[in-house]
Amino acid sequence: MLSSQDRIFLNLYGQKDWKLEGAKKRGDWNNTKAILDLGRDAIIKTVIDSGLRGRGGAGFSTGLKWSFMPKQQGELPHYLVVNGDESEPGTCKDREILRHEPHKIIEGALIASFAIGAHTAYIYIRGEYYNEANHLQIAIDEAYEAGLIGKNACESGWDFDFHIHRGAGAYICGEETAQLESLEGKKGEPRLKPPFPANKGLYGCPTTINNVESISVTPTILRRGSSWFNGIGRANNTGPKLMTLSGHIQTPCVFEEALGLPLKEIIETHGGGVRGGWDNLLAVIPGGTSMPLLNKETCETAIMDFDGLRSAGSNLGTAAIIVMDKSTDIIKAMTRIAQFYKHESCGQCTPCREGSAWVLKVMRRMTEGNAEIDEIDMLMDVTGQIENTTICAMGMSISWPIQSLIRNFRPLMEKRLMDYKTTHGGTSLIQIPKEAMVGT
Amino acid sequence: MSHKKNIEQPLSFAFDEESTIQITQTLSKYPPERKASAVIPLLYLVQNQLKRKTDSAWIPKVALAEVARILEIPVSRVYEIATFYSMFNLEPIGKYHLQICGTTPCWLRGSDDIFEACKKATGIKNIGETSDDGLFTLSEVECLGACANAPILQVDHDYYEDMTAEITVELINLLRQGKRPPPGSMAGRCNSAPSNTEAPITEVKNVK
Repeated sequence: MLSSQDRIFLNLYGQKDWKLEGAKKRGDWNNTKAILDLGRDAIIKTVIDSGLRGRGGAGFSTGLKWSFMPKQQGELPHYLVVNGDESEPGTCKDREILRHEPHKIIEGALIASFAIGAHTAYIYIRGEYYNEANHLQIAIDEAYEAGLIGKNACESGWDFDFHIHRGAGAYICGEETAQLESLEGKKGEPRLKPPFPANKGLYGCPTTINNVESISVTPTILRRGSSWFNGIGRANNTGPKLMTLSGHIQTPCVFEEALGLPLKEIIETHGGGVRGGWDNLLAVIPGGTSMPLLNKETCETAIMDFDGLRSAGSNLGTAAIIVMDKSTDIIKAMTRIAQFYKHESCGQCTPCREGSAWVLKVMRRMTEGNAEIDEIDMLMDVTGQIENTTICAMGMSISWPIQSLIRNFRPLMEKRLMDYKTTHGGTSLIQIPKEAMVGT
Repeated sequence: MSHKKNIEQPLSFAFDEESTIQITQTLSKYPPERKASAVIPLLYLVQNQLKRKTDSAWIPKVALAEVARILEIPVSRVYEIATFYSMFNLEPIGKYHLQICGTTPCWLRGSDDIFEACKKATGIKNIGETSDDGLFTLSEVECLGACANAPILQVDHDYYEDMTAEITVELINLLRQGKRPPPGSMAGRCNSAPSNTEAPITEVKNVK
């Protein structure tokens, strides 16, 4: 369990003042100049040493990402983009930071921008977070007013501007290159990589894109040191992390917890247990809906961190735990996920655009039972062809949930198809009613 | 979008004074030669202005041309943006936009009941329609990113969380009377804290 002294987000639930005065009481903006005085290399080294892995889903080292930026600024300006387009179903952690800890974002953005040589940072907030963006704007205005950002930010000699850019309801804009396209005033269609954003990002300039949570924890890491951070959790999976519990759980909530704890313990302590008790558990999606689901047996032993969940056959993703109890129609639940990805496909790559619609169509029939057993294999085969043939990771997001459903619940799917046949008669796609006179 | 029914499109559109001030503020965020970045913010300004003036937040076709003119980009590109992003309404909507999240985490916690309650209380038959009195438009949206407080009913910009069918009906009746209760958890929780913990309020509680 994470001890209360090790918690980074002290105002997660908004129980205290989220504005500048309150934030300062919690230690934000405390001698930020001293941190900047460490210099770029020392800041990046500390963040690398802390083992901080990006909190947005991919889990790439934040410090290393910063180090990929050109050391010297050439003719082109550098940019930092903070990714606040939190849209992965199950995930609602960045929302709490935006509305209750906005100053952590601003301070983190200043430090990160300094470390990568950027004078301007944008935060891309999903359009639906209107009230949350307003909180952040108030906090930004306060920070400008207090001289914490703007010209000569915190009297460090570094000029820093921070702007909010609101999205308008497109999941795909959470993908970093799609986000850049959207920021440039285009449709959110992911770019081919390379070139990577560190070379050609926003407006063709070197750009780093970090998740809101990754940015927000860096000031604390720099204050308390990398060894404090990597002393929490397990090797290669360090630090505390914001997690979300939703679905069939006694007390759904957002909370901060150390990485590396058993999934079962987290569900029991933070969520008050599965609705109807542990034995009523059917499945858990541990990292947002694009990650494969885990059945109850796997949940007994799964460890909640990057490597732990990978070896359990899933991924940490955004650490959004969706719990489903035995009352859930799991096939319908996954069909609804397929519907989400069909709705959110940007339409750029054919396998994703056409594939997501096809998957949804077949899954709707599977939910009903109106399908053939062969089609389960076909689903597995087709999703296998979608997953690695798209520009961005959306192909995987479409495929993994469906594949994990088939891996874990194939007998259930087959039973539904057989039941449908029993009630409707016939064995082929063309269903012949039982009472119909055939032959004789 | 617009082929569904005949919409009366206004013949002209001009930004009012309030919007013009905001346009200047918005454009100052981006490098001068990168004005196109402001296309989403400007479309929001159109929608907000229509909401102020007509009580219906939508974007008429003539406004697309006006945005294109200001940003010096082709109208087709503005149209592309307006149709790509789901938060822009290209036809008039009701005074209150009821948006229910139906994605799996909300569905698991009973978003189907919220749809039914909304339909019953407003008289809307199908998702996407506006009630006969013109007050409500009902939409299904994809994940709103507040899953720990599922199910969510978003009214315009405000999230009403931890909804039940009864509270939905009550809320709609209040809206009809022109009253707007503060958004947030309808179950009395402190934001996204676990419901069984004593709400750890020490200072000002902030609702939004």
